[in-house]
Amino acid sequence: MSTDLLIAVVITVIGASTPILIAALGELVVEKAGVLNLGVEGMMLIGAVTGFIVMFTTGNPWLAVFAAAVAGLLSSMIFAFLTLSLSANQVATGLALTIFGTGFSALAGQEYSARPVGIFRSVFPAELAGHPVWRLVFGHSPLVYFSLIMVFVVWWFLKRTRPGLILRAVGENDLSAHSIGYSVISIRYAAVAFGGAMAGIAGAAFPLLLTPQWAERMTAGRGWIAVALVVFASWRPFRLLAGAYLFGLVMTVELYSKAGGGPLSAVPAELWAAMPYIATVVVLVLISLRRAGSTSAPACLGKPFLATN
Amino acid sequence: MMKFNRRNVLVLGGAAAALPLVGGRALAQDGPLKVGFMYIGTINDNGWNYAHNQGRIYLEEQLGDAVETTYVENVPEGPDSERVLRELAQSGHKLIFATSFGYGDYVLKVAQQFPDVKFEHATGYQRSDNVATYNARFYEGRAVCGTIAGHMSKTGKGGYIGSFPIPEVVMGINAFALAARKVNPDFTMTPVYISTWNDPAREADAARAMVDQGIDIIAQHTDGPAALQVAEERGIVGGFGQGADMSAFAPNAQLTSIIDNWGPHYVEAAQAVIDGTWTSGDRWPGLKEGEVQIGAYNEKIPEDVVAAAEAVKNGQIDGSLHIFTGPINDHTGAERVAAGETMTDEQLLTMDWYVEGVIPPA
Amino acid sequence: MQFKLEKRPRPSQAMLYLTPVAAVVLTMLIGGAIFSLIGYDGMGAVREIFLTPLTNSYKWQDLGIKAAPLIIIGVGLAVAYRANVWNIGAEGQYVMGGVFATGVALTTYGVTGWWVLPLMAIAGIAGGAAYAAIPAVLRTRLGVNEILTSLMLTYASVQLIYYLVRAPWKDPMGMGFPQTRIFSEAARLPTIIPGTIVHLGVPIAIVVALLVWFVMTRSLFGFQIRVVGAAPHAARYGGFSENRTIWLAFLVSGGLAGLAGMLEVAGPFQRLVPGFPTGYGFTAIIVAFLGRLDPLGVIFAAIVLAITFVGGELAQTTIGLPAAAAGIFQAMMLFFLLAGDILVRYRVKRVVHQSAEARA
Repeated sequence: MSTDLLIAVVITVIGASTPILIAALGELVVEKAGVLNLGVEGMMLIGAVTGFIVMFTTGNPWLAVFAAAVAGLLSSMIFAFLTLSLSANQVATGLALTIFGTGFSALAGQEYSARPVGIFRSVFPAELAGHPVWRLVFGHSPLVYFSLIMVFVVWWFLKRTRPGLILRAVGENDLSAHSIGYSVISIRYAAVAFGGAMAGIAGAAFPLLLTPQWAERMTAGRGWIAVALVVFASWRPFRLLAGAYLFGLVMTVELYSKAGGGPLSAVPAELWAAMPYIATVVVLVLISLRRAGSTSAPACLGKPFLATN
Repeated sequence: MMKFNRRNVLVLGGAAAALPLVGGRALAQDGPLKVGFMYIGTINDNGWNYAHNQGRIYLEEQLGDAVETTYVENVPEGPDSERVLRELAQSGHKLIFATSFGYGDYVLKVAQQFPDVKFEHATGYQRSDNVATYNARFYEGRAVCGTIAGHMSKTGKGGYIGSFPIPEVVMGINAFALAARKVNPDFTMTPVYISTWNDPAREADAARAMVDQGIDIIAQHTDGPAALQVAEERGIVGGFGQGADMSAFAPNAQLTSIIDNWGPHYVEAAQAVIDGTWTSGDRWPGLKEGEVQIGAYNEKIPEDVVAAAEAVKNGQIDGSLHIFTGPINDHTGAERVAAGETMTDEQLLTMDWYVEGVIPPA
Repeated sequence: MQFKLEKRPRPSQAMLYLTPVAAVVLTMLIGGAIFSLIGYDGMGAVREIFLTPLTNSYKWQDLGIKAAPLIIIGVGLAVAYRANVWNIGAEGQYVMGGVFATGVALTTYGVTGWWVLPLMAIAGIAGGAAYAAIPAVLRTRLGVNEILTSLMLTYASVQLIYYLVRAPWKDPMGMGFPQTRIFSEAARLPTIIPGTIVHLGVPIAIVVALLVWFVMTRSLFGFQIRVVGAAPHAARYGGFSENRTIWLAFLVSGGLAGLAGMLEVAGPFQRLVPGFPTGYGFTAIIVAFLGRLDPLGVIFAAIVLAITFVGGELAQTTIGLPAAAAGIFQAMMLFFLLAGDILVRYRVKRVVHQSAEARA
């Protein structure tokens, strides 16, 4: 494999991984706070259609990303209100949010599907990305740099800041956190809002980064891959980064192999497609084997908080 | 206000007796012919379903008050389609178009229950007295595209993004390769199947994988413009619109497009039902009948190439050219069609092998 | 004037049954208003989606066959959720039930005999239960969260179908299309009312729901499930094994999902196709909640969901409402239902006047 091809593969893999990474970073924070929001796919679709419409109307990709984040955030507030304020079941509410997002985006995007938009291109001058190797550094969409910065930010926030510590405490033991005086509900609201905004941005990456168009259900299940990824990475931001690129590689390398008539063509495509999910289950098993009965999942994940006052 | 006289009671009794039955012939009605359409995806997919819906609109324009049309979109291939078909038949639609292969079993089932309703199943092969099948000879359009590719490609490598390796897709790949290799005997064709009809991001990644490995002409058999947009972005020689003109998405990269023009067939079928002359059968028109059309050529294509493409097009229209005329070897080099012989429609519709020059997927 | 939520001493039975009804009614009112506001025929939409399927007797058979798999899967999930076992991979277990049953149907192709269908049913139940056993063993042995594993396995199972119908099980006479051949007569579910499409799966669904209702309310097993779910610690004192209950919950919910898969593939599909996973397993989660995790409630909920599916298509043909609208109505109904849950456990109380230290 030539260097040029290698670099090209890496760039495509990064592109394919970026939306999953962004959505998964959001979901990681949500789950760290002890909340399981299975509405990622729905929020991504809402972000995708919003991002497309704003990009189409204004031509400003920054505004499109911002609007997508707001739309994702707003949709996540439906989830937050039901599960946090009214302590409704999180699994059911998340699924309902996905149904809602699918329907809402299809309805909102009806008039926009035969329309093209521009791509959210690299902000660096083209000369910088002239040489293939420099393309690796300077040739990406701003969304790619955003995702990488956010990996660090999320890690730093959870590990090194006091609010991050509190957020983790809320996810590990909500009753104790409550008894020392933290508002479990407000902290979880904030986490869900962050997750919604990130899912919205991840959705916007579809029309802005991967394929500049709007198509119904264009996220095609990647929201679920993002949910898998959080587990695969055992709730750690840097493992999440590695995992996202690994999933992206699995999804992409098959296409390269086929397009180049390579040896991987012999593996059934279906096995490749199932790989992220199987790998996630395997990783869950491995972690729990090593740590005897603990998967490092936040202890309160998915359980409603019922303060008894 | 409802009066209970004997007649009413009889009607009610009759209705009650018929309650659970499927049958329920719709009330006989004069007035416009109601025509139903059932789509697998949304009418806004820029591709397959969009083209069928354009055909429906054309039908309304052409026959005006004589017809009334209805469509149901996003109908999955399965028992749900059976329900929709029955719903259409019960609500008085006398002609129903089912526009995806996987509806076949259910069209036959429902057609049995509604002998006075005519059904037309696109891309299918099972027929009965009131079920006809229809398709378009897209491979004729592929041959025109292949001719352009043979002339224009600098690397001599073409790619083809398909959903599933069904005969319809295999036929298209082969027609493209045969035509391209008539121009450039070294031309190769690499199919990549992505196992879905609608995942534009994955189509785009497949196109990127092709471009990065020296493929400079990309054709696709999936719905939507994703692959063309990558061709545009990367500045390769180009690709082709599929189903509809997609130059809005890729003004430089779209060399030409294959346009599905279902309208005339829909008008013909509806008129036949109105006149009482409709019969079952298989209709497989192509360029000649205008059901498959070649869109505008991109300005960057040299005139002699346009002329060559037009020659292939016109040859297929006047019948002097059939792209599946021997000698044709398969990808291993073994002869499959002897010189001078032409493959039958039956052979085409079951085609499961690749011609020479196609790098077969494992 | 202020309102405040006050916890009820025990869940309100009235609210338990009133809130689902209120959710449906609210959805009709607010949904209709919203769709009118954005320029659709909102009242027409409500009429076609929620009422026509009920008033038009031709639609009843559709409701029946659409509700049947939802009832069977939903009842199993209700049992699991009662035990606090969050199996959300019913779709995968349904798929496996269909796959195993198809395996039997294809092996016995051309064979006649009354035993083919029962054998398929056993295979389907076994397939679903076996697939549910994976998250069960991971949860009981290793403490792995079953929500995540059961969900992941669902997506893997869908790929298995794609593979099977594309390669080893492809219909040799199918023009190369990815699907198995049509099952022979003995492997197809008979219709029970002549002239309709109502197949054997519909009465089976009702029987299953009644049976599970009986077991859950009248047997030690049902008591055990409920106790372990409500109070695992107390259950341990009572001598109930938590692990055994988890296993039972998984095997019952997986097995029933598998049975639903078998009935679908042998009934409406009559062959395995890529479109076999239609989301029944996910919709059944909604059904289980809408039915208040009560087998009889599940019957009601499954019919309501079936109405919105059938009505959604009706609204497309009759008033040209886009397909997406039905999904929005469904989501809205679920949102209202989930919101209403709080009224079961809390009551709204008017706060007359209280000192400043009152906390929200």
